[in-house]
Amino acid sequence: MKLGLAISTFYETARQRLIQYHTNIIETGGYITILPLIWVLLFLAIPFTTLLKIGFSEPTFTIPPFSEMFSHVSDYAINIKLNLKNYVTILNTTYYISAFLNSVGFGVIAVVLCLILGFPMAYGIHSVTGKFAKMMLIMLISLSFWTSFLVRIYALINMLNVHGIINSALMRLGLISTPIQFIGNNYAVCAGLVFCYIPFMIFPIYAILEKIDKTYIESANDLGCTPLRAFWYVTVPLSKAGILNGCIMVFTMSSGEFVIPELLGSSDVVTFGRALWTEFFTNLDWPMACSLSILMVMCITLPIMWISKEMSK
Amino acid sequence: MLNGQPLTKRNAEMWHDVNATPYVQIKGITKSYNGIAVLRDIHISIYKGELFSLLGQSGCGKTTLLRILAGLEVPTQGSVVIDGVDITNWPAHKRPVSMMFQSYAIFPHMTVSQNIAFGLAQDNLSKDTIKERIAEVLELVQLCGYEDRMPDQLSGGQKQRVALARSLAKRPKLMLLDEPLAALDKKLRERTQFEIVNIQERVGVTFVLVTHDQAEAMTMSTRMAILNDGRVCQIGTPHDIYEFPNSCFVASFIGGINLFVGIVIEQGHDYVVVETQDLDCLCYVSYTGAIPIGASVTLAVRPEKVMISTLRPAYPRNWTCGIIKEIAYLGNVSVYHVQLPSGKPIIAMLPNLLRLEGRNFEWEDEVFLFWRSENSIVLTS
Repeated sequence: MKLGLAISTFYETARQRLIQYHTNIIETGGYITILPLIWVLLFLAIPFTTLLKIGFSEPTFTIPPFSEMFSHVSDYAINIKLNLKNYVTILNTTYYISAFLNSVGFGVIAVVLCLILGFPMAYGIHSVTGKFAKMMLIMLISLSFWTSFLVRIYALINMLNVHGIINSALMRLGLISTPIQFIGNNYAVCAGLVFCYIPFMIFPIYAILEKIDKTYIESANDLGCTPLRAFWYVTVPLSKAGILNGCIMVFTMSSGEFVIPELLGSSDVVTFGRALWTEFFTNLDWPMACSLSILMVMCITLPIMWISKEMSK
Repeated sequence: MLNGQPLTKRNAEMWHDVNATPYVQIKGITKSYNGIAVLRDIHISIYKGELFSLLGQSGCGKTTLLRILAGLEVPTQGSVVIDGVDITNWPAHKRPVSMMFQSYAIFPHMTVSQNIAFGLAQDNLSKDTIKERIAEVLELVQLCGYEDRMPDQLSGGQKQRVALARSLAKRPKLMLLDEPLAALDKKLRERTQFEIVNIQERVGVTFVLVTHDQAEAMTMSTRMAILNDGRVCQIGTPHDIYEFPNSCFVASFIGGINLFVGIVIEQGHDYVVVETQDLDCLCYVSYTGAIPIGASVTLAVRPEKVMISTLRPAYPRNWTCGIIKEIAYLGNVSVYHVQLPSGKPIIAMLPNLLRLEGRNFEWEDEVFLFWRSENSIVLTS
């Protein structure tokens, strides 16, 4: 009797919720969200589920190189085999842990450097008077997007090379006698990350600075604030959302980066991206590679989700 | 200080005292942007404890003048003196002046008390003093208990009070208000007008208020300046401006008015007689200035000073006849649009004094309009 009541209550609540959801969608014109929903399903949810599935299987010498998770037993039963060994191995191996820490470290350094360099740049563009000059500056920053990412890295390599323009310029000037090895260390990786991702810091901050009502700053001045203090206590807090957006973007992209550490970094410094690459293409251990990427995604997404939730309060 | 002694009385009328020194002096302020003048040679003297309004249409330069007082704009020429100190070249953050912005500009990332404390912290006041001041001004604007609210949790009227409190907490020598009530709805606006006046009387700070709403300026100010196209047209008490406008612009800008172009045909020591094409008879106007006979003038009569009757007046001057074309019943008054034989309309306004009385006049009635000689004005410009 009680169970029946509970079930009917549950059913009723669920039905109400569904109706509510449906009317919400209609009222807000929510059908327009179907397209991005399909997009997310097709290009995020399905591949991610596949990764998750492979992550729980065992490596084999077949094609594809992993064991099936589901096996047929009889008409009424299937066997589900969850292999947790990969996760245990990852968490117990210094190699993977240090790869993870290196990635996060590069991400954090890239965020800090991009913020230190990017905020003044965004503020500079924002304070330029004259629409044309502003447009030109924005275009100069977005110009780098017009060339391929890889080309930009190779351009940077060319500049920093032993025979690159920086070294030859320094030698011509007589400042150094032997060329400096710029490439192949952590500094080069950081430089590469900042070089590639600083626009992602500049644009959101610039956009939010443009939106700040000027009367807030005037009001701060009027209340006795010097322009510098007004900047620190009013402009910076009001551009918090843009700063956070920029930080999240730069951090996500830098910490997951594979190409820059591979081309600019030392071969001793393993990052998550490089570890992944090795597992997939050198060791052909797909399950391990998948478990690695799942862990990486979780480690990056969960803190960001938490930050976004805190921000929206 | 805020709750202390009764402060400057409104009717002290310091501006009549020749020996009184103005508290705020605006001396020959000119401001131009890219060669286009928005303010031309503005001279205004404001006395301590006044609530002075700058009234004008949008684009007349009133807000620019206020921003020059606040130090947010630099005048092209002229100077600003407050309490004997020339502050023309002082930056905004050093001036003893507080501004209340039209948008209120309450910092959205701070609570009400943080907003108020913000300005006080710049003066390096102790924490206890700041706390005291916050409590004091919040009590003044009747917002006790709202200390920890965020700005987005406040209504428009409450935001307006917070903005006022934040500016007053600094105890400025001069308080500037840029269209302080424009964002409020009509009822609240009318109530708040008196509240601001009461607060101003309590704190005794000199207020300069910018508004485009003439009723607001008339209600609140001790004196006001009418601005048009970057120039001061007239400065005076609301009564002076309404009853003794110095130009056709001021006369028609404040309230309704009937204007007739005419010529002076006779002049006595305290009157002139004006002949105009539009009216049936000569107009006898009390006037003490010197206008030569033959000068072209404008005769002005306020609608509420025009009386209507179906009987022909017995005297030979200051009346005309016409046909009622429109009647607007506004409740408290009825407005009659009467067409004169010349085709020109004249507006008369009669109070509806008796509740049960019906309409005395109907459409197309032929009526006589008349006014007392001291109730009409002669304008020379």
